[in-house]
Amino acid sequence: MELVRKWVQVFFGFLMNANWAFPFTRSIYQGPLKVLCAPGLNCYSCPASTTYCPIGSLQNILGGIRISLANSQYFVGLSVIGAMGVLGAMFGRMICGWACPFGFIQELLHKIPSRKFSIPRPLNYGKYFMLLGVVILLPLLLVDEFGGSSPWFCKLICPAGTLEAGLPMLLLQPNLANTIGILFYNKLSILILVVLWSVVASRPFCRTICPLGGFYALLNRYRLVKLTLDPKRCTNCKACHHVCPMEVKFNENPDDPECISCMACMHRACKFEAIGIEIGGIPMKSSSRAKGRDLQETEAPIG
Amino acid sequence: MASEKKSEQYRIRKAPFIVLGFFVLLWIAGVAAGEPARVLEQAVQVCLSCIGIG
Repeated sequence: MELVRKWVQVFFGFLMNANWAFPFTRSIYQGPLKVLCAPGLNCYSCPASTTYCPIGSLQNILGGIRISLANSQYFVGLSVIGAMGVLGAMFGRMICGWACPFGFIQELLHKIPSRKFSIPRPLNYGKYFMLLGVVILLPLLLVDEFGGSSPWFCKLICPAGTLEAGLPMLLLQPNLANTIGILFYNKLSILILVVLWSVVASRPFCRTICPLGGFYALLNRYRLVKLTLDPKRCTNCKACHHVCPMEVKFNENPDDPECISCMACMHRACKFEAIGIEIGGIPMKSSSRAKGRDLQETEAPIG
Repeated sequence: MASEKKSEQYRIRKAPFIVLGFFVLLWIAGVAAGEPARVLEQAVQVCLSCIGIG
């Protein structure tokens, strides 16, 4: 299943970044597909990107809300929040585990052999601060003399934007190097920190910073497709704790907002068919394939 | 009888459908207001300051 998930991640990475003509055009894709919402965090200024980033779009719309309303245009971000919400209501943070290119990059970085550390649980609240404070409130409240604002998360923090858009654009258009300043160096530092942190900890950006992950996390409990726990079969052996890349204690909280439904607990840990997957309450599959396997063989080093 | 037994086994969760319906309505309202054109307009431009350049 882990191999299947990797291929799905690669597939979605290509699907969201399908403009492979960019080395020749030396610019970003400007076609009609960009009206589609990327399920994961994928910068729409990335030369290969064929979809829009919901977090970037939401900030841009909220930043221009005063100007729009003054012109009797009711652009308040409903279509973007609606698109994010539809995806979140169906899959929740399963998107982080299966479809987010930046999550995939962090997983690959974590495979680099090194000492591994856990992430203190209170840091997980950082992503809600990013969502509410930096993505929603700052563009609404910090406005210039014309009533407009900036996408502050993209501008000051987003390491996905630096990796997928900032650095490639500098390579494609070298004359842009003359215009880089403190903002770029600040974002480059954040990217380097996130890369180093991803080597020693599992998915640190997803867990502590990503506002899109924070939004999906709010819907995780109510999503259509989710993993379930059969308390009658669960022996509280805690095998699921050891394989989870998000350090979720699945047997204690199956609706944990951090669960990305990677199914490691279901396929690599649980020997008692206690973990299953359901769609809207209808069970689809249980962890029967893991039955009889030796747990020691399948444990992944986490934390 | 059989369907009663089945519904006992599988309790359909209503919450996901309510949440899904709510966000579909939001999306429709946004589309009706003409937001996708604005989103597209922004998405096809390279926002240099957004990516820390310029």
